[in-house]
Amino acid sequence: MTTSTLVAAKDLTRRGFGFRENFGRWDVKYSPYIFISPFFILFALVGVFPLLYTGWVSLHAWDLLGGEGEWTGFDNFAFVLQQRQFWVALRNTLSIFLISAVPQLIAATAIAAALDTNLRNRTFWRMSVLLPFVVMPVAVTLIFGSMFGERYGLVNRTLAEIGLGPIRWHTDPLASHIAIATMVNFRWTGYNALILLAGMQAIPRDLYEAATIDGATWLRRFFRITIPQLRPTIIFVIITATIGGLQIFDEPRLYDQNGLGGEDQQWMTMTIYLYKLGWTQLNFGRAAAVAWLLFLVIVAIGLINLVVTRRIATGDSPR
Amino acid sequence: MKRLRGAGRILGATVVAVLALAACASNNNPSSQDTGPITLTLATFNKFGYSDEMLAQYHKLHPNVTVVQNIAATSQAAQDNMFTKLAAGSGLGDVEAVEVDWLPKLKQYGNLFVDLSTSDTKSRWLDWKTQAATVNGKLIGAGTDIGPEAICYRSDAFAKAGLPSDPTGVAQLLNGDWNNYYAVGQRFAGANTGVAWFDSAGATFQGLANQHQNFFESNDGTVIATTNPDVKNAFVSVLNASAMSSAHLQEWSTDWNAGLANGAWATMLCPSWMLGVISGNGPKIKDWKIANVFPNGGGNWGGSYLTVPKQGKHTAAAKELALWLTAPEQQIAAFVTTGNYPSQVAAYANPALTGAKNPYFDNAPVGQIFADRAKAVKVTPYKGVKYAAIMQAVQDGLTRVESKKQSIDASWAQVVSDIKALG
Repeated sequence: MTTSTLVAAKDLTRRGFGFRENFGRWDVKYSPYIFISPFFILFALVGVFPLLYTGWVSLHAWDLLGGEGEWTGFDNFAFVLQQRQFWVALRNTLSIFLISAVPQLIAATAIAAALDTNLRNRTFWRMSVLLPFVVMPVAVTLIFGSMFGERYGLVNRTLAEIGLGPIRWHTDPLASHIAIATMVNFRWTGYNALILLAGMQAIPRDLYEAATIDGATWLRRFFRITIPQLRPTIIFVIITATIGGLQIFDEPRLYDQNGLGGEDQQWMTMTIYLYKLGWTQLNFGRAAAVAWLLFLVIVAIGLINLVVTRRIATGDSPR
Repeated sequence: MKRLRGAGRILGATVVAVLALAACASNNNPSSQDTGPITLTLATFNKFGYSDEMLAQYHKLHPNVTVVQNIAATSQAAQDNMFTKLAAGSGLGDVEAVEVDWLPKLKQYGNLFVDLSTSDTKSRWLDWKTQAATVNGKLIGAGTDIGPEAICYRSDAFAKAGLPSDPTGVAQLLNGDWNNYYAVGQRFAGANTGVAWFDSAGATFQGLANQHQNFFESNDGTVIATTNPDVKNAFVSVLNASAMSSAHLQEWSTDWNAGLANGAWATMLCPSWMLGVISGNGPKIKDWKIANVFPNGGGNWGGSYLTVPKQGKHTAAAKELALWLTAPEQQIAAFVTTGNYPSQVAAYANPALTGAKNPYFDNAPVGQIFADRAKAVKVTPYKGVKYAAIMQAVQDGLTRVESKKQSIDASWAQVVSDIKALG
């Protein structure tokens, strides 16, 4: 009796000490992970789980309302990949992405450079750049949609005034992509300009002073100092623009009254195709297959981006 | 990142939908013996004619019930909203309006809707109207309006082209089949009035499609659209006529709305609910009139229902509201407001309906005209699950030819492959 109590007490004290010791060690070792864990838990919940679940759905015949049907393996993927509409959607997505992202970044950099100079009422100008971003995308699209009307739209009427033929904004694939890219650029150029401006202001001013003393022109300073120093910011902007651009939905969806990408799928993007399969045709399995294919496309382009930008980043300014 | 939101919304909806699918199975409905104050949402689209006064009147009759109406811009928007929220298992209005073309899609999920039949709904509507909303003996939709079709035309343009311009004369002129309608269109086009004969091949095709019993699908749901010679004939003949006669403006597009406001065409197929669309879009145009005639006899285009989704909290109260709104008196009031022609049999004998006139259309006796047009409807088209999707594919094909992207043959080939891809 006594011995066993003693042993137990000894055990307890040892464990108590041990626990405290261990706790101290664990605290140092693991608490950083606990502090960052909310993000990862959230990510697992709203990122990884839906991703895997979508994969599960894509391997079944699945009705939007009826739910899970029989296991079909990769039939949904095979079907989707054989559809003309899928490839048209891929073409449109990439085309709209390029037409919007490239001019947008060039314009954003130019605007940021202009804002970086000694302007009067600086805050006013900076806020005005962000103004289009505040307007609801639906409102933007409705206004642009009617501006780009083929017969009665403002743009074509103006073109007719100055003696140019009408452009078939809703019929011609390239023209419709340009019109949609215009809406995207309207919204996003200012936003990206502000991010780039923040990057520019972090560039040490003495670099410019030294260059000015050496007699470098404004243009030379811009290309030799501003752009190279801005690289990390540019990489960030490019990557976010890629992810956003490939998932473009609101603008093409609201570009006409049907929202299905035009009679010949001229501006039907991947997300619209997905929506059409899932919500109009109620075929959730095929929609899930498209979602996964879109995911793979984004990952692939993301990797290409990474390789290219890394090469630029280590090009002539090793870090 | 706002831009991610479009796609984020899809992803979000996917998650919600997926979770809801699991939850759906155990969704039991509280039987509502509500006596406390409740608010019911009534979700409609376009113009149903349910005025604030009407809803206030309901509040007077049922002091504990307040009705709030949400109006979607288009039937398409209402449809998307319906399926997204049905999948999510929540978020729909207590009473939801449904258009006849996508009703068949919903009928597959009849168990998600409350049975609206009572002892006095048995003979309330036209038989075919009730039939179309019945699943296994359960009535899931209470009929609101139907869309008997007449021809609307612009009398000034007709006079300019040397054609008769009074409603009786036009009715005689257009009395005949579709070829007659197209032939008069050729004559009209020959007069070079600067105005087109009709708005679009797509809209005109709707008139043809609704005159066939089994146009796209046979009664067992098999898709016959690609093999039915009637479909291809209609497709080709509308497009042949369109080359000379059409304004080539796709229905409901921004350009179409602007075209209507500017008087870009001289005739259009006119289901009763179109009257509100025309007068709403073209307040400056004074010469629209209605001819009591329709190519190839009669036709019905569209018409809607009110449904009560089971996911609502106050389904019993909602059912009462839906049945009150679709009672003859309320639908006659709606007809006077917007032109939506009632589907209720008892309404047809009511002088408030038969005597109704429409001042915008030169005081046309619309009550009488649409009563005649409704009587002329002989065929109730079968519309199956894929009807709306097939119609969209065909409409796209018509638009491709009208926008000069493709020849008729190439466009038809693509229509066929698009319809096959629906399978």
